[in-house]
Amino acid sequence: MAITSVKNLKEFSTTNERFEGAHLLCPGCAHSMIVRELMNCTDDNLVISTNTGCLEVSTAVYPYTSWDTSWIHIGFENAATAAAGAEAMYKARKRKGTLKNPDAPVKFVAFGGDGSTYDIGFQWLSGAVERGHNFTYICLDNENYANTGGQRSSSTPIGASTTTAPAGRVSYGEKRNKKDMLAIMAANGASYVAQVAPNKWKNMAQAFQKALATDGPCYINALSACTTEWKFDPKDTINISDLATDSLVFPLYEIIDGTELNITYRPKNVLPVKDYLAAQGRFKHLFKPENAYLIEEWQKRVDAKWEYLQRREEARV
Amino acid sequence: MSNVLSNKKRGMRELGAEKKVGWDEVTHGVILHSFEDDATDVAKRKAEDRNYSDFSSYTATVASWRVIKPVYNRDICIDCQNCWVWCPDSSIISRDKQILGIDYDHCKGCGVCVEVCPTNPKSLLMFGEALSSEDAIAQWPVKEKKEK
Repeated sequence: MAITSVKNLKEFSTTNERFEGAHLLCPGCAHSMIVRELMNCTDDNLVISTNTGCLEVSTAVYPYTSWDTSWIHIGFENAATAAAGAEAMYKARKRKGTLKNPDAPVKFVAFGGDGSTYDIGFQWLSGAVERGHNFTYICLDNENYANTGGQRSSSTPIGASTTTAPAGRVSYGEKRNKKDMLAIMAANGASYVAQVAPNKWKNMAQAFQKALATDGPCYINALSACTTEWKFDPKDTINISDLATDSLVFPLYEIIDGTELNITYRPKNVLPVKDYLAAQGRFKHLFKPENAYLIEEWQKRVDAKWEYLQRREEARV
Repeated sequence: MSNVLSNKKRGMRELGAEKKVGWDEVTHGVILHSFEDDATDVAKRKAEDRNYSDFSSYTATVASWRVIKPVYNRDICIDCQNCWVWCPDSSIISRDKQILGIDYDHCKGCGVCVEVCPTNPKSLLMFGEALSSEDAIAQWPVKEKKEK
């Protein structure tokens, strides 16, 4: 696989961009940072499928496409299916010798939002991983259905105010905890599972390169801070991602072959969860005195999760 | 507007300026080719050496989205490439490990580049869209003293 050096940013910047501007994603959207980085970190031909969501509606507005590679839009649940199908056909045609250019390296990638990954496309993703296709699924996790106006998904964290779980006099917003998709995918048999965030660009590029080089299904959960639905200023996308990774709300780790867990980023100064929550409009109501217990609960859960990850890393299980 | 390296097709049209078709004329599925010619080694070519077709959004512009714009000051920049890696709109043009400037056809003015700039004073700052880049550079702030 032809990879671009990610040793330092200067070397990485010599890559040839394959994701064009003038897509219609919101200013400051982290989706395009993640997609750009994936396409920049390799020189291989990419076959990309994207299911319905912000990324799809914004990068393929007829008569324009922002993709400089083979790309297909498919139904809400089928990003994994399309990538798996293309990969199966590629293998079959390679075996039969009907490919025009059989030696060109090709990688299969699927992009989905968290709505289509955690909820709607879950069964299809699970099936594609179970069948063991050689592809990488990247979930752009912005913790709600941002494309349709910010409804809750099963990735929405507890306490967030969304349009279908609004905070108000009787409710503090979303009542259920975020689904642990990484554990599910690791147990599902994915060869490589990782959680990444765009502010740690090197960590993210390395995870992408590992996933692309792995022979087997890979799942990557990428934090994508949503300026519109998380309610923060567009310029703060990277600052919010920094708060998420440094407060350990969004810990960065990888699981290889379902067993070997490595923590890939350890913040030097761990910030309180309160700082992360305070920076976003969707958690504003948690700072009312009657909701103070929720922030304490958040902190406890984040600490417990970090403790669990560290113990798993140490025990190598 | 900017003279940074580009293909001459960049930002030719305002998005939505193309001829509209009625709901009953829309085809169910369509393939758009990003390039006029063979695209097999496109990953090995820079934008200025590619032959984009009119379907590529490279040929469109979103400049009208901006109310404030980032202005780049070459004199202070240390070429760390932070703005390049985090620009969501592929609008920081970098060649041979050097920042050349901003692609104002695709920049939406989000301000992420200014936030991630590590120099003091910053080598990228936001100014009003109407202000010319020369005027903006003339009023650049001086180095801030560290707060104790």
